[in-house]
Parts: sequence; structure tokens; C-alpha cells
Amino acid sequence: MTTMPDPRQALYDELVSYGHIIPAGVPGIFGRGAVFEDVLRRFDGLLSTVAEKDGAESMLFPPVLDRKVLEKSEYLDSFPHLAGAVFSFFGGESHAGELRAAVHEGRPWDPWQKMTDVVLTPAACYPVYPSLAGVLPEQGRLIDMQNWVFRHEPSAEPTRMQAFRVREFVRAATADVVVEWRDAWLERGLALLSSLGLQARSNVATDPFFGRGGRMLARSQREQKLKFEIEVPVLAESEPTALCSFNYHQDHFGRIFGIRTPAGVVAETACLGFGLERCVIALFKTHGMVPADWPRPVFEKLWPRAPEAKAS
Amino acid sequence: MVTRAMNDAIRAILRDHARLSVDALSLADDTDLFKAGMSSHASVNVMLALEGKFEVEFPDRMMTRDVFGSIEHIRGALEELTKGA
Repeated sequence: MTTMPDPRQALYDELVSYGHIIPAGVPGIFGRGAVFEDVLRRFDGLLSTVAEKDGAESMLFPPVLDRKVLEKSEYLDSFPHLAGAVFSFFGGESHAGELRAAVHEGRPWDPWQKMTDVVLTPAACYPVYPSLAGVLPEQGRLIDMQNWVFRHEPSAEPTRMQAFRVREFVRAATADVVVEWRDAWLERGLALLSSLGLQARSNVATDPFFGRGGRMLARSQREQKLKFEIEVPVLAESEPTALCSFNYHQDHFGRIFGIRTPAGVVAETACLGFGLERCVIALFKTHGMVPADWPRPVFEKLWPRAPEAKAS
Repeated sequence: MVTRAMNDAIRAILRDHARLSVDALSLADDTDLFKAGMSSHASVNVMLALEGKFEVEFPDRMMTRDVFGSIEHIRGALEELTKGA
């Protein structure tokens, strides 16, 4: 009897065999090879080109976040299962000895760890909202960032990582400005991914909220069409993978962090993020593991100046 | 439970859990709770508190903004769930 290979494992193994990803012991955590990174940087560069006339402010944050920001944002109300907090050692000599002994004897060592003031960044845009506090300029604000994010969802599926990079844009303004910006980017995202030979389509989506209350949040999100995703078939035609996510928060962050329009009302926000590793994996899966063999229009979009140069 | 007592019990839960921008006890039965400042997260807390108070479990089909959008809609759902109890 033959069994069908698991498409998730098959794609993972193929990416590993070409050196595109480097196993690192834990599901959803892996290194990235040079060619993988080259494609990722070039794709990120295409996003910069698309956005270059928008006049966004660039911000860069480390992959950790003030714990109070996570708590205030109500992230733990929605996604307690995905969050990761940083713990560390606060004790003295004797406790260090106990911790050391526990580690070397293979016993749990969490009793000697306490929560620190930082958590792993759960979404690229979270560090931005506190910095927008106060009155926005007339035209609102637009922020551009690329951050590492963490999600506690170990998986054998190479497109479902625990740590990955998101190129994200945040718009804070009045509701009509924010929605118009989101809709324009939905079209831009579809055009960009389609131009790279990917079968991209957009859909109303929901976040993976936790528990029974989460089902209600998801229903509410879907009813109000607050989240869209651009999906591409990567592992299966019937279950396309989200490469890009658009979230309209209404006044959620504006209310929590005191962001106001010049008219004095609570500002609205939206964000959109491209999962960079997912975009790269979608390209490898669709066009093959060797970029030099990709269809010329796709290859030349990513390597425009030296199409004859070696890609890998 | 008679209608009035049920409405008062719902108002008390809204006061404690809905984080409204207005006084929950003075709400009309048909006031739009989301327009009165209830967030989606607050509506989840309202749902869980109602389940505890009335000893019911809202099925998925009732977990909508419409059902939790006003006191009279919440009462209608609770009456359906407690019918025959």
C-alpha cells in the first residue's frame, strides 16, 4: 500500500534540500539560506517601490515589545494562545545553583524564572500605536516598518512559522481616509503578487481568536468585513495560504492609546502586512526551487538590472 | 422570569461588563449597544456574564452583533434559551 506524501512535509523537505531553509530543532523555527534571503530582500524592495510615493515614515523596532502595550491592546483577550512573554532570572547565588542543577538534571527550570517587562512582538504594528498618541496632523500618519513577530503555533507546515518577518504599513487618520487607503493597497497587493505569477485573490477573513468568545469576535469581524487577506495556493488549491493581511481596527487602538484627529475625535487605524517568508515560499513552490529557472518576467521583476547575472 | 425583571438583570450585566459611554441603567430596550460604546471584546464579556447569570449557553448561531445589539434582542435570545426550563 502506498501513502500520499504529506504536502507540508514534502515542501519543507524540498526547501531544506536546496538550502533555502535550515532546520533549527523546533517546529516553525528555521534558518534562512542565502538564496532565500536574496529573494526576500528583493521582494521587500518591490514593496518599497510600490510604496515609494506615499511618503511613509519608516520605523524600526526590536522583536520585543513593552509588556504593558500588549496588556493594554487587549491582545491577551483575543489571542492568549499565540502570545509569548519573556521570562528571566532575578535570583541570587543559591537560586542560580538550583537552576543550574535543574537544567543539568533535565528537570523543569521555570520555577526560577519570572516574567520580565517585555514580550515577543505579536504583530509587526504593535510597537507603533503608542508612538502615535496625541493629535495627528491634518492628513493623518502613515508608518512603514519591517519587524520580526512571534506566534506560539508550532507546526510542521513551512508556511506556518513561530517567528517570521512582516513588512507592514499602518495608517492612522479619519475612518474614510483609512478605509480608502486599505482598499487601494488591496488592489496594489493583488497586482504585485499577480505580476510575480502567483494566483492571488482576496477574501474576507477572520483572525484566529481563542475559544468560544473568540468565535463571537470572529463572527463580528466577518460581519463588519474588518479583515481581508490575499491568498495564494501554496500547499493545496482548496486551502490557499494568506500572504498578505489587511486589518481595519476602527477606533480600537485610537481609543486605547489616545490617538486623535485634529477635529478632536478618536482616530481610526488600519494596518496591512506582507508575510515575507510566506511570499518567498509561495514563489519557490509555484516556480521551482531555482530562481534562475523561473519564468523570465518573474525573474526579471526581482533581478531587473542584471537579468543575466547568476541568481544562485 | 417576567420581561421587566429580565431587562433589569440584563441592564445590570451591561453596567458591569459592557463598558458603555452612557449609564446602562437608563438605556432604552431598543438602544443600539454598539453605538452606545460597547466594543466587540466587551460584548464577549457580556455574553459570558449572561451565560453565568441565566445558566444558559449561547449557540454559535446566536453569537452575532444583532443578538447582542440591544436589550430587547438579548432578552429574545435568553427567552428562547430558557423556554421550558
